[in-house]
Amino acid sequence: MLSCESVTLSVAGRVLCRDFSVRFGPAEVWAILGRNGTGKTTLIHALGGLSKPEAGRIALGECAVETLHARERARAIGVVMQMEEGAFWGTVEEYVLLGRFPHASPWSGYTARDVTRARTALEAVSLAALARRRFATLSGGERQRARIAQVLAQSPRIFLLDEPLQHLDVAHQAQVLALLALRARTNGETVVMVMHEPFWIGHSCTHAVVFAGDGTAAAGRADEILTRERLEHAYGCGLKQVLHGQGRSFVPDI
Amino acid sequence: VKLTRAAWLFVLMGVVASASVLAALSFGSVPTRLPNVFAAIFFSSPDTAAEIVRELRGPRALAAFACGGLLALAGTLLQVLLRNALADPYVLGVSGGASLGALLALAAGASALSMNACALAGALAAIVIVFGLTYRSGDWNVYRLLLTGVVLSAGFSALISLTLVLAPDAQVKGMLFWLMGDLSQTESGASAGVVLCGLLVLGIATAAQLDLLALGELKARSLGVPVGLLQLMTFAAAAVATVAAVVTAGAIGFIGLIAPHAIRLAGVVHHRALLPLAVLLGASLLTIADTIARTIWSPQQLPVGIFTALIGVPAMLLLLGRQR
Repeated sequence: MLSCESVTLSVAGRVLCRDFSVRFGPAEVWAILGRNGTGKTTLIHALGGLSKPEAGRIALGECAVETLHARERARAIGVVMQMEEGAFWGTVEEYVLLGRFPHASPWSGYTARDVTRARTALEAVSLAALARRRFATLSGGERQRARIAQVLAQSPRIFLLDEPLQHLDVAHQAQVLALLALRARTNGETVVMVMHEPFWIGHSCTHAVVFAGDGTAAAGRADEILTRERLEHAYGCGLKQVLHGQGRSFVPDI
Repeated sequence: VKLTRAAWLFVLMGVVASASVLAALSFGSVPTRLPNVFAAIFFSSPDTAAEIVRELRGPRALAAFACGGLLALAGTLLQVLLRNALADPYVLGVSGGASLGALLALAAGASALSMNACALAGALAAIVIVFGLTYRSGDWNVYRLLLTGVVLSAGFSALISLTLVLAPDAQVKGMLFWLMGDLSQTESGASAGVVLCGLLVLGIATAAQLDLLALGELKARSLGVPVGLLQLMTFAAAAVATVAAVVTAGAIGFIGLIAPHAIRLAGVVHHRALLPLAVLLGASLLTIADTIARTIWSPQQLPVGIFTALIGVPAMLLLLGRQR
């Protein structure tokens, strides 16, 4: 259970969201929605203990995230960043193996079991065939799948994913969403992801946070929070609701 | 595949390193055959040739080996810390500070001992300035660190030129030797060797964390690396390694830049193997270069920095050319 208690988020002195409270429970899949620059990434970083919120408390169970030991936190919370600033010179499999760092002993390094975990994760995102390729030679979408494989190998209880669908073609978007939803359902893990694709919203999410862009955010069950009016207000553009077998989706009405 | 490639490189570098040390002990104005070299080391035979090996060539070979290793270590660490492939041990302004200190001491006609002390003071002053300007309450900005080092180096370089122009003619040649790197004034490399061993153990102990730091600070933090502490330790280790090398042997260029790249180009990217391999390569390179520098124009000794570049540049160009 990851919770925000009266959290205020700000970037460079600009307040994005004031007095925001929410609890991300086990087996829940959350979509974080909102216009560009409304605080979605800042929320992901704060939830992952990578930056401190301006005010309020972020707690994993009963412990504030900043009091956790770094490795302990990384075993519980996995983060997929929107951008990775550094370079990686090794192979795809070696890249995914880095996700096992919080589980590996500082002295003996990665074990055969860690390598197996990395391979399983690569298979889950259909990248096993590219395991020996240099990471730098992958396409944008393949890199994104390798990042997702890395966080799968990390096997945290809580997944924080900042735009997990970026660069993915529509088939792999569906694959990744199904994969995450399945893990939440069967393992009771929590998935929190920033999304920009309104046509996927109704498919896999049980809950949602919608940043209104005026310093407030609504959070709760998807069927209550995801109304056409709220999303149109949040995005500032017209939307059409589409009903289908698995639920609702939204498409731009332009 | 990864393990065997690293293992293969370890064997290769082990052979190269041993060969470079044996060459350093054998070659010179009194050529010594290998059996006599071994006799001099292991059986402390009393003749003059053995004494030359033990008292003159041995300490100098150790100094060259240790300094080469220190420079390679510092270069590898700074390339990770700054996430910049062009980083070398001197981006922190250490060589500029040390050189200015040493040159001022030389210009004043100071003894070798006080010259080393001045070089140390200059190097430490450079580090304190760079550190003070870039480290604020546990927060680093690697770009600011890099830029501060570069700007400071430019300032030192101007002051060094000024010192060279104003210095008495008799001192200028010694100064040029110092600036290009010179092991002929070295008494012993023992302290540099001890520093190298300590820092290498520290580096290998944090190798897995360094792999993650290369991906970026936030990413490393999200995977459980104590980033602030790691950056501080890496900075300190690189600074100590550079200072130890510069005070022992002057400002030897090129090794810190190319040794890590050569190992990476050979396909080793994990710091657990990359650090010791780069150290072995840098150590061998400097030992070979110093052996050439003191024998090729014998009895005249040349600055070793010339030969690190003359060997390193074509080798590096060859490696880069083979890279897809």
